[in-house]
Amino acid sequence: MHIVDRRLNPGGKSLVNRQRFLRRARAAVQQAVRQSIKDRSIKEIDREGQISIPRDSIHEPTLHRTSHGGNRERVLPGNRDYLEGDRIPRPSGQSGGGSSAGTGDGEDDFRFVLTREEFLELFLDDLELPDLAKRKLKGEASSTPRRAGYTTVGSPSNLSVPRTMQKAMSRRLALRRPGRADLERIEEEIAQVEAHQPAQDGDAERLEQLREEHQRLLRRRALIAYIDPVDLRYRRFEATPRPIAQAVMFCLMDVSGSMSAHMKDLAKRFFALLHLFLTRSYEYVEVVFIHHTDHAAEVDEQTFFHSTVSGGTVVSSALEEMLAVVSARYPPDDWNIYVAQASDGDNINNDNPKTARLMREDILPISQYVAYIEVGAEERPVDDGGKSSLWSAYEELQATSRHFAMRKVHHRTEIYPVLRELFQRRSADERDRAKGRS
Amino acid sequence: MTMARADRPLFEGSDWNFDLIQRIYDAVETIALTDFHLDVYPNQIEVISAEQMLDAYASTGMPLFYKHWSFGKQFVANEMLYRKGLRGLAYELVINSDPCISYIMQENSATMQTLVIAHAAFGHNHFFKNNYSFRQWTDATGILDYLEFAKSYIAHCEERYGEAAVERLLDGAHALMHQGVHRHPRVRSRDLKLEAAREAERQAYRDKIYDDLWRTLPASTRAPEATDGHRRRALNLPQENILYFLEKTGPALEPWQREILRIVRLIAQYFYPQRQTKVMNEGCATWCHYQIMTKLHERGQITDGSFLEFLQSHTNVVNQPTFDSGHFSGFNPYTLGFGIMEDMARICRNPTDEDREWFPAFAGKGDVNGVLQDAWANYRDESFITQFLSPHMIRKWRLFQVTDRQSEAALSVAAIHDERGYRRIRRALAREYDIGRQEPDIQIVDVDLAGDRTLMLEHSVADGVLLDERDAAMVLQNLANLWRYEVVLIELDAQDRKVLKTHRLKPALLQ
Repeated sequence: MHIVDRRLNPGGKSLVNRQRFLRRARAAVQQAVRQSIKDRSIKEIDREGQISIPRDSIHEPTLHRTSHGGNRERVLPGNRDYLEGDRIPRPSGQSGGGSSAGTGDGEDDFRFVLTREEFLELFLDDLELPDLAKRKLKGEASSTPRRAGYTTVGSPSNLSVPRTMQKAMSRRLALRRPGRADLERIEEEIAQVEAHQPAQDGDAERLEQLREEHQRLLRRRALIAYIDPVDLRYRRFEATPRPIAQAVMFCLMDVSGSMSAHMKDLAKRFFALLHLFLTRSYEYVEVVFIHHTDHAAEVDEQTFFHSTVSGGTVVSSALEEMLAVVSARYPPDDWNIYVAQASDGDNINNDNPKTARLMREDILPISQYVAYIEVGAEERPVDDGGKSSLWSAYEELQATSRHFAMRKVHHRTEIYPVLRELFQRRSADERDRAKGRS
Repeated sequence: MTMARADRPLFEGSDWNFDLIQRIYDAVETIALTDFHLDVYPNQIEVISAEQMLDAYASTGMPLFYKHWSFGKQFVANEMLYRKGLRGLAYELVINSDPCISYIMQENSATMQTLVIAHAAFGHNHFFKNNYSFRQWTDATGILDYLEFAKSYIAHCEERYGEAAVERLLDGAHALMHQGVHRHPRVRSRDLKLEAAREAERQAYRDKIYDDLWRTLPASTRAPEATDGHRRRALNLPQENILYFLEKTGPALEPWQREILRIVRLIAQYFYPQRQTKVMNEGCATWCHYQIMTKLHERGQITDGSFLEFLQSHTNVVNQPTFDSGHFSGFNPYTLGFGIMEDMARICRNPTDEDREWFPAFAGKGDVNGVLQDAWANYRDESFITQFLSPHMIRKWRLFQVTDRQSEAALSVAAIHDERGYRRIRRALAREYDIGRQEPDIQIVDVDLAGDRTLMLEHSVADGVLLDERDAAMVLQNLANLWRYEVVLIELDAQDRKVLKTHRLKPALLQ
């Protein structure tokens, strides 16, 4: 008898099968993931979690008898007071004595747990950052080796045997290095001549000739090496600097009295999703929170989302504050700058021209992307075509700048569609058209 | 047989180590071999973690298996149930191989390890080695090598022909897995090691005789004249093994596709005895562990505490909820098998007059081991129940038979545990374990070779129960895709041959 301790064997044997399953059910899983985002709070938006998908999408059919209809017999344990010939009303549902009664998992959904990685992968699949990300080297440049052809010098570990043998062969052919077959032929002939019994005329002469030829071949073989140092080829690697992309995300929000808790929640959700998305695309993301009433301040996350400050609304103050932070800490040459602004659209009228100008002349040129989300009250207002003052001010920007986007959001279910709309992976020609426009 | 009581129990408390496992094994082995004369394959016991148990679950309990998404589906479902604490994992898993591999979980207490060694390494092991259907259909020495071959062959095909193509093929083959076994011992049992070698040989031969010139020959214009009888005989029709038929005669399959169909078919065949002997197999293992644990306790090799722990776990295993308890989900094979075997032992030792009348062959003969081992070796579930379910057990379990006729509005109780009912109940219960009756009787009856190559199948409908329509359509679609021509399945009433339903599917266009 053997006892084998298998506990330390590498686990994860089922990983491949798991991935294949997810790929197979991708459409359904993706749908479920997007559904589930509605029920998740901001904090756990990217946690692993249980999802359920309809069984249909992953059904494995077999040829089997139906569970209803026909004539059936069944033996059951635990008779209490039935006598032969008693009639029992047919139970509702389809399990009326059928052989598959009580197999447990009926037609309900198929539930399982996705890991965080899988969740994000599915959640943010087919989203991409607009193709304008600058990737700047941050700090000391790290580099990765990349294959770059062959070289005649190098370390033995990089020796390319096929390439070397190829070179050696062509050199041997070009210089007509005698092969083993040539040598053998001559040796054979020598043996033949030597074997003549008795020696014939001219044998001695012929022998000498052959031996000389043999010597010549041997010399030539010695001179022309099988593999010569000139044949050696090494795989060449070039160190290519690996850009470390870093991004800073500015969250701007109006916290004046007109912003209700619901509106803030919408804004928060949008910021959270955008942050999640940026962290997937950049190795290094910093977030700056700026809230404003009639004056703006950089605050921490807690204050940002939870404090209410009374006062008027001057949007340009937030933009100015942001520009100040940029010039102090985030030189636009080194940082990918993203701006997400949320507001209910109120602004003091005389501030609008200034806000639009700041946005157009100072912020848009240094930013990768600016998104303005106008949050509304939960019950969708009748579409009166009315525009908030800030919306009207920004409208013209949207037409002229392709990395400025603005959307209205009323309900939290709309947040994710809006994010998708903004960052949907576009086909190449669509992108070209977009470029042509700008 | 008496033996001196042990001075000291094998263990106290629940901790174990490898040395203790060895001593437990030795103690169990002594009892199993000398007291119960079990005949087993050499054992190999492997300790695994819960994670690994989940992995093993997902590949039908085998230590290695090819890759397919359906195993991933199993895995995620089990994983969630386990993580949420909705379902415990089995304490052990045992593989019908030589040597017989038993997986035991590291989380088990020492008592549980003793129990699972007795249960798996001796109970199941004895059954695998001796039961006729395992001997006939499975090759315990070759299975692991064959799975290794299957795994690498399928991986190789994925590399060569693309994962999508292989997955599609496996989907189709899995759907027909239950229709991929020979139910009657027409073909000799397979030596799986040779099987792998044979495939290599076939491939080599194909490579050797391959000549591109054949392709350029004009096709023969002379159609062979064949009568229906000839054609069916030549195609080995009717044929119940659909996978076998496809593999041998599928007109548009590549050699590698045939080989994969063969792999799925052989694996289905390997598992076929397990489906036929679920009750007996578990009953045998439960009987063995119960007897061995009791002996260990009698001899003082396990403490009273461990014995109680064992009894509790044993009681859970053989718990049978009654039909109206709300927990009922069919018969518990452990209860059924163990109950009947225990009853057989009682009949051997002190039979009643009734027992003498029902079981004249062994009532009162006293040789419990001999009788049980004979049953383990020569029966499968259906014949075992037909033969050995006694009136005593029918009364004890208060079995009754319910009849459900489509034409009637209510169910009726056809038999209860009385003199008139015993035989009827026994027959009806045995039928529930007859795979041949529980699974639809589907046969390939003909192929329209002269015409459009339509594959014709028949379902001989018993008791008016048709095929599940949705699933049937999906499976037949798969079949049509494999066959590459139209497939027709006719459902015929078994008695009057009246056509009840016709399924007709054309192959989907595959890119």
